[in-house]
Amino acid sequence: MLRKSVELVKAGYEGVMGLADAYFITLKHLFRKPITEQYPEYKRPLPTRSRARIILTRDPDGDERCVACFLCSAVCPVSCISMEAAEREDGRRYARWFRINFARCIYCGFCEEACPTLAIQLTPDYEFCKRDILSFVYEKEDLLVNHGGKDAEYDFYKHAGVTAKGGKGAHIGETEPVNVKSNMP
Amino acid sequence: MWFLGFVLLMAKIAIVLGALLGLAAYLILVERKLLGRFQIRFGPNRVGPFGLWQPIADGIKMILKEDIIPADVDRTVFKYSPAVVATVAILMVAVIPFSSDLILWGYKIPMVFSDLNVGVLFVLALSSLSVYGVALGGWASNSKYSLLGGIRGAAQMISYELPLGLSLVPVVMLAGSFSLVDIVNAQEKYPFVLVQPVAFLIFILSSIAEVNRLPFDLPEAENELNAGYHTEFSGMRFALFFIGEYVHMIVLGALVAVFFLGGWRGPLLPPVVWLLLKMLLVPFFLIWTRATLPRPRYDQLMHFGWKLLVPVALVNIVVTGGMILWVRS
Repeated sequence: MLRKSVELVKAGYEGVMGLADAYFITLKHLFRKPITEQYPEYKRPLPTRSRARIILTRDPDGDERCVACFLCSAVCPVSCISMEAAEREDGRRYARWFRINFARCIYCGFCEEACPTLAIQLTPDYEFCKRDILSFVYEKEDLLVNHGGKDAEYDFYKHAGVTAKGGKGAHIGETEPVNVKSNMP
Repeated sequence: MWFLGFVLLMAKIAIVLGALLGLAAYLILVERKLLGRFQIRFGPNRVGPFGLWQPIADGIKMILKEDIIPADVDRTVFKYSPAVVATVAILMVAVIPFSSDLILWGYKIPMVFSDLNVGVLFVLALSSLSVYGVALGGWASNSKYSLLGGIRGAAQMISYELPLGLSLVPVVMLAGSFSLVDIVNAQEKYPFVLVQPVAFLIFILSSIAEVNRLPFDLPEAENELNAGYHTEFSGMRFALFFIGEYVHMIVLGALVAVFFLGGWRGPLLPPVVWLLLKMLLVPFFLIWTRATLPRPRYDQLMHFGWKLLVPVALVNIVVTGGMILWVRS
């Protein structure tokens, strides 16, 4: 009987102390500085690889990178990228027009992964809400920027396998072409 | 002469009602801000300086909302149940004394709407009446969540009405009157909380259950019942439930002040300010509790009310009676 009542008092004491503890902890939080970042006043700098508005970048020599291969358009899960391919006099392909409907885009970044020339890239610029849904359709001149984006030094045509810029053997990491007539065993 | 009295009464009603509803609206803002701070974030701070126009914006929004009455509800009951909650909460202010009698140009103006000689009973009766708003609102909605909320509300309010009333018996015994004015006058020397800490505790606990606040907010338990009895209500009807709840909170604060903290009595500051300070203690405590405690299970709630609060309140009455006899003899 005595032991039981002692246990009861102990349990009651522990319960009350637990409650008091909880109240004390919340009271301590009341006087802490809020950790909220107040958005329009403070814009958190996002990592460069975060995915938002899409751009078309340029080569180090200022030429546009896009070769209108349609890979981005094909991989796009919501089909928001469309373009028309054309060829310059020197045989280099480019997009005659290039269009991204940002009202449809889900910013998955698949286009960026698919792009062989690193032309299409996603940027951290997420603030482009608009009232008019039609103004979300971005044309090539809206998308094209004057820099190389994330990998500014990369130039697709400076690498092996493509002959548009520089002849055979002039590319990065490429050996001289083998003379098939002189390497007989 | 009767005309002057009528004008005076109307002026008093206008002032008190305005202050009460304004206080309730801003209590919502204070609650949201405080809860934010408890969770180390800012509360609403976009509408006006420090979010001070938030209640006004909320009010405009509530009024302009579409008046939705779901199909198959009991239309009459559905329409009137929010009004019951709000009206009952506001009516309770009628017996709360704000200050001692004011003497203006030789006239005595009582600073209470009506000094009922059964004030305590009036308050308890109205407090329990608000369960009709909850239960009927839940029933009329024709939705299982609402019905569950309403049933819980009814059961909970009935069980907590009992300790609420019993905890006031010692106060009435000490004051020797049911009138709230007399109870305040009886606390001239010391507030009753000093001699009745147990009754004070029981009253606060049951009043939390009475206003359906966390941790006793089972009738509206967001996580289990959507929003409980007011799931189907929207717009101004929903707002009336809300106003009712917050006015009820303030009124219970005032009752705690009147019954246990000496009402408007206090040094230096004017009596109304003292009453205001004391009656805002309870809402603050309720908000603090909301930020702290989780919701108990339904049977635990009933267990706590019937098996702990009621017996303790009864023992408290007997002990208080014995003490009064002992002191007087």
